Amino acid sequence: MGPFAWFKWEALFADLPQFFRGFGYTFLLSVAALALALVLGIIFGLLCEVQFAPFRAISRVYVEFFQNTPLLIQVFFLYNGLPLIFGLKLSVTTIGIIGVGLYHGAYITEVVRAGIGSVSRGQLEAGLSQGFTYTQVMLEIILPQAVRVMLPPLTNQAVNLIKNTSVVAIISGADIMFTAKSWSGWNQYYGPAFVAAGILYFVICFPLAKLATHLENKVHGGAVNG
Amino acid sequence: MIQVKDLHKHFGKHEVLKGINLHVKSGEKVVVIGPSGSGKSTLIRCMNHLEKPTSGTVIIDGVDITHPKAPINKVRQDIAMVFQEFNLYPHKTVLENLTLAPIKVQKIDRKAAEASGMKYLERVGLAEKASAHPAQLSGGQKQRVAIARALNMHPNIILFDEPTSALDPEMIQEVLDVMIGLSQENITMVVVTHEMGFAKQVADRVIFMDNGEIVEEGTPQHFFQSPEHDRTKLFLSKILRSN
Repeated sequence: MGPFAWFKWEALFADLPQFFRGFGYTFLLSVAALALALVLGIIFGLLCEVQFAPFRAISRVYVEFFQNTPLLIQVFFLYNGLPLIFGLKLSVTTIGIIGVGLYHGAYITEVVRAGIGSVSRGQLEAGLSQGFTYTQVMLEIILPQAVRVMLPPLTNQAVNLIKNTSVVAIISGADIMFTAKSWSGWNQYYGPAFVAAGILYFVICFPLAKLATHLENKVHGGAVNG
Repeated sequence: MIQVKDLHKHFGKHEVLKGINLHVKSGEKVVVIGPSGSGKSTLIRCMNHLEKPTSGTVIIDGVDITHPKAPINKVRQDIAMVFQEFNLYPHKTVLENLTLAPIKVQKIDRKAAEASGMKYLERVGLAEKASAHPAQLSGGQKQRVAIARALNMHPNIILFDEPTSALDPEMIQEVLDVMIGLSQENITMVVVTHEMGFAKQVADRVIFMDNGEIVEEGTPQHFFQSPEHDRTKLFLSKILRSN
C-alpha cells in the first residue's frame, strides 16, 4: 500500500470537482493580485524616473521592503497583525490579493524601471526638443519601446505570482494548495493530492513561461535602433 | 532671433561655458567649430533648454527660455534639433517619425501632416522609405529623415549638433548636401560641426570655441584666411592637415 496506490487515485478522481474549485479560486486570486501588482508596479516604476527626489525615495523604500522580507511574513502580518493592531479584519481573499499584489508589485516596479532605463536618453531628448511634455514623451515615445523589453520579465513575474498565491493556503484560502492540504489531511492520501496540485499549477504556469520565452526571442530577434 | 547673454554652465566643478555672448540674426547661418570639450555642443543644447544653464539668459524670439515659467514646449516647436545620434523613434515608421509631433504637439490634422511629411521626405530623397522603420535605414538615410522630421515642424530655427559625426565617411556628403540645400532658405541655422568645407560654403559667420569661450568669430573668409588668434590658427592647422 504505497503512497501512490491506485485506490487513492480513485478517491482523488471522485473528488476532482473540489480540486477544480481550488483551481478556479487560485486563478481568480492570481488575476486580481496581478492586476494590483501591475498597477503598483507601473506607478512606483514611473516614480523612480521623476525629478522629485522624495517620490524616488518612496519607490525605493517600497521595493526594498517588500523584496527583502518573506511573503509569508507579510501575509501573516495582514492576517494576524492588522486585527490586533488596527482592529482591521480582512477576508482571506482580500489578504491574498493585497499580500501577493504588494509583494509582486515591488518586483514589477523593478521590471518597469529597467524597461524605461533600457530606452536611450536620446529618445527623451528628441521628444522634448520637438515640444512634447515629459508625460507625452513617456506615453508616446518611451513606454511603447519599454513595453517590448518589459513583457518577457513581466510574464515571468506572472508565473511567480501564480505560484506564490499558494501562501493563502496557510491562512485557509480555498485555493489549489489548501484543497490538496485539507483533502489529504482528512484521508491521508498525500501522494495523489500534491501531484494533482502540482499539475494544476503547471497547467497555468507552463504556457505563460513558454509565452515569456517566445516574447524574449521576439525582442532579441528584431534588434531595434534609432 | 537667438540671443545668448553671459551664459555659464557648470557640470559639477567643471565650467563648460564661461560667459558666452552671441546674437544670431533671423535667417543667419552660424557654424560653430572647436575642439571636442570646447563647450560647443553644450552651447547649442542650451539654445533649446535641453541643457539648463547655470547662469545667464537665452532669448528665443523675445522669450527668455531660462526663466522657470517660460513656455518652453511652445518655444521648442519653433526651434528644431538634429542630433548626432539621429534619435529617430524606432517604434514608428519613417513617415510617423515626421508626423508624430505635428499631430500630437502642434495639433495639425493627420492628413495635412502626412502630406507635408511626404513633401519633406521627397526633398531629402527618401519618399520611398516612408513606410520603412528606422532600423532598416543606413546612417546617412537616418540623418536625412531626422532633418525631414525637423522640417515638418515648420521651425524658424534648426540646431544641428554634430550631424555628421556619427556617420561613416561615405555617407557624410549626402547629409551635407541636404543641409546645403536648406541653407538657401530663410531658415535660421546653427550648426556645430567639424566639416570645414561645409562651414566655408554655407556659413554667414563662423564661431570658434575653445575651453568654454568664444575665441574668435567672423565670416568664413576672415576665419579661414586670416584668423587672428593663436588658438584658432593652431586648431585650423590641425584640422586642415587631417582633412
